[in-house]
Amino acid sequence: MASTAEQGKALPTGIDGLVSDWSSDQQAFKGVPWGKAMMWIFLLSDTFIFACFLVGYMKVRIVATEAWPDASSVFALTAFGVEVPLLLIAIMTFVLISSSGTMALAVKYGYQKDRNKTFILMMATALLGLAFVGMQAFEWWKLIGDGVRPWGNPFGAEQFGAAFFLITGFHGTHVSIGVIFLTIIAFKVKRGSLETGRPGFLTGRKGRYEMVETVGLYWHFVDLVWVFIFAFFYLW
Amino acid sequence: MSEGDSQQHPLKTYFWVWGALFVFSVFSYLVDISPLEGFAKWSLITLFMLLKAGLIVTIFMHMIWERSSMAIPVLLPAGVLLFLMLLMILEGDYIHSSRQMFFGG
Repeated sequence: MASTAEQGKALPTGIDGLVSDWSSDQQAFKGVPWGKAMMWIFLLSDTFIFACFLVGYMKVRIVATEAWPDASSVFALTAFGVEVPLLLIAIMTFVLISSSGTMALAVKYGYQKDRNKTFILMMATALLGLAFVGMQAFEWWKLIGDGVRPWGNPFGAEQFGAAFFLITGFHGTHVSIGVIFLTIIAFKVKRGSLETGRPGFLTGRKGRYEMVETVGLYWHFVDLVWVFIFAFFYLW
Repeated sequence: MSEGDSQQHPLKTYFWVWGALFVFSVFSYLVDISPLEGFAKWSLITLFMLLKAGLIVTIFMHMIWERSSMAIPVLLPAGVLLFLMLLMILEGDYIHSSRQMFFGG
């Protein structure tokens, strides 16, 4: 599709490829389905949103004159009579990484047109995502019970609560939306809509297997953001 | 769709990356519960974070197999955010020092 005009002529790669692709009067993203290119551009804009939140969090933490609450003990859970620091956060991290792995495999089997495996792996991803959101809800409930509010908390600097609810709330929203999209695409895979090119209910776009990769990109991005939140908010 | 659009890579690659992500996560958790403090702790946390982020973007999101015209426009603006972070650190330090000076924090 992309290369019909240039058939028989190898495209340059690297920087030369960037210059020639972007300076040509056809499409810039050669060999990339439009949905995937648009997803990357959306993810770039989402990167800026999360970066603003995280940089804002960094800034209020730097300028706070009160001591910043120690995340290790704030998020500690008591298991079997022992206080384990960041127990729930560690489990959430592993759940999300597991879901990224199942998603990567789902994309692979999607392109192999293995409908059953793709469906099962995508549903596993969605279930892990749901488990993540559930644990996050529990974490919010526990912290709110401990008296953490966006305007103050008993552990130290007031800005802690605002940063926590904003950042994890926005991330949790992304996970929830991801779970919904994963489920929709998984059922499209299951009933064979991507093979027959059946038009979607909302958009009327024809189903294609790149949809699995596109929703996969979104899901990996959600995991990627969690990597940064985990490091900066919980560990730092 | 032409051949180049479908991403086919050996299962082994995915399992290696998956395993590495688990290992790096365990390491970063261990850094947190270890007695390490200050620069050693922060640099290790950042190292494991960047390793994990790099693996997710390059392998799971297939960025390493994309053409430069797709990869560079996505990665370059995201990299510029480091500059925003640097500016905010500089300004933040200044605000913090003036707050301590005037509000006796």
